[in-house]
Amino acid sequence: MIPAPFEYVRPTTVEEAVQAVAEGGEDVKVMAGGQSLIPVMRLRLAAPETIVDLGGIAELRGVREEGDHLVIGAMTTHAEVVTDPLIAQHARLIAEATETVADRQTRRRGTFGGALAHADPAGDLAAVALALDAEMVIAGPSGRRTVPAREFFVDYLTTSLEEGEILVEIRVPKLSGDWGVRYEKFNRVAQAWSIVAVAAAVRREDGHIAEARIGLTNMGPTPLRASATEAALAGAPATADAVASAARSAAEGTSPSSDLNAQADYREHLVQVLTRRAVTAAAGL
Amino acid sequence: MTRVSMQVDGVTYTDEVEPRTLLVHHLREALGKVGTVVGCDTSNCGACTVHLDGQAVKSCTVLAVQADGAEVTTIEGVAAPDGSLHPVQKAFHEMHGLQCGYCTPGMIMASIDLLKENPNPSDTEVREGIEGNLCRCTGYQNIVRAVQQAAGELSGSATTPETTGAQA
Repeated sequence: MIPAPFEYVRPTTVEEAVQAVAEGGEDVKVMAGGQSLIPVMRLRLAAPETIVDLGGIAELRGVREEGDHLVIGAMTTHAEVVTDPLIAQHARLIAEATETVADRQTRRRGTFGGALAHADPAGDLAAVALALDAEMVIAGPSGRRTVPAREFFVDYLTTSLEEGEILVEIRVPKLSGDWGVRYEKFNRVAQAWSIVAVAAAVRREDGHIAEARIGLTNMGPTPLRASATEAALAGAPATADAVASAARSAAEGTSPSSDLNAQADYREHLVQVLTRRAVTAAAGL
Repeated sequence: MTRVSMQVDGVTYTDEVEPRTLLVHHLREALGKVGTVVGCDTSNCGACTVHLDGQAVKSCTVLAVQADGAEVTTIEGVAAPDGSLHPVQKAFHEMHGLQCGYCTPGMIMASIDLLKENPNPSDTEVREGIEGNLCRCTGYQNIVRAVQQAAGELSGSATTPETTGAQA
């Protein structure tokens, strides 16, 4: 199986990339690591006229600090994210979830920004970006704009990226204080997509849970926050009972789909179990 | 057509390719590197694993144009110039880490990558480290043993016992 023919452009700067997208014709696809795009092109589920490959843009790769934020270049690979010392120190939840993405070879090519822009609801990183209140820095013909994760994920495989725009950086607020994190993922076999997964970051203070942030993977067409559980946990005692009770509302406001892996009601059950496990581990209980 | 130049198993090749050409097809059909096989065509099985600038990738999920200027190592390039096997190849041979052998090139390339990162993996770490490679004969027990034997030999922490058997 091979993709349908296309024009290939490999710019070396963001400006060149934006221009290449503008000039690429009716159906342009921006390629990051290509680990989702090449498979669908092989199946001819996508047959773009032009591919703009971001792989040659050095400035999009790497992680840096900017005050109380980390800035992750969109083309930073999953393998780089997993071993990055800044992410380990300030946003370990991202590394923990990224370790579960696909397999070794795919993590060598796949990128943080590519996964977010692809916005597959079963992908692991969108829920983490949402839980950490990340912001997406987007470049387009009229300059750059920043969109919070809450507004970035619009629908199934759909983001607020407009035509001609490229996701270039992800800004992640550093977690300061006594935070614990956990990504709990349930899937069928090693490299399979999440049936459901839960990303939790919990801040403890004096034997209480001061704040909990919980992102849900594959519980609707976009990643979601478990807002009812977060509200129940704020100020709750850091006990197994309090966590179990709060986790029972994890499915509130979700709209999971039914597919070959699981029915919607099973996902609603699973998300409660995984939320309890993730928050329990993140709270150090 | 796009001109691409890449070093494959130590030799530089320059060719005109269609942008849609997958790296695995370029390696096999243009360069004759048929040691790298196509297993599933769906990015699942890992049989087509090669090293791109020293890192294991699935060559069915990389375009040949993306490898322009890169260094590629296939299963055909891991043995020493005198033909003596790479320690991981040798261990797969000695521990019988294969049944039909179709997954073997990819298993070996993924295992070399794993051992570079983690020279002394546990049983679980080997299994997780090669989770992107499928053996449809399900011969995983001996594959895991082979990777661990190779780990011992590569790190020099254990002397590999000479096995007696068919190849002795």
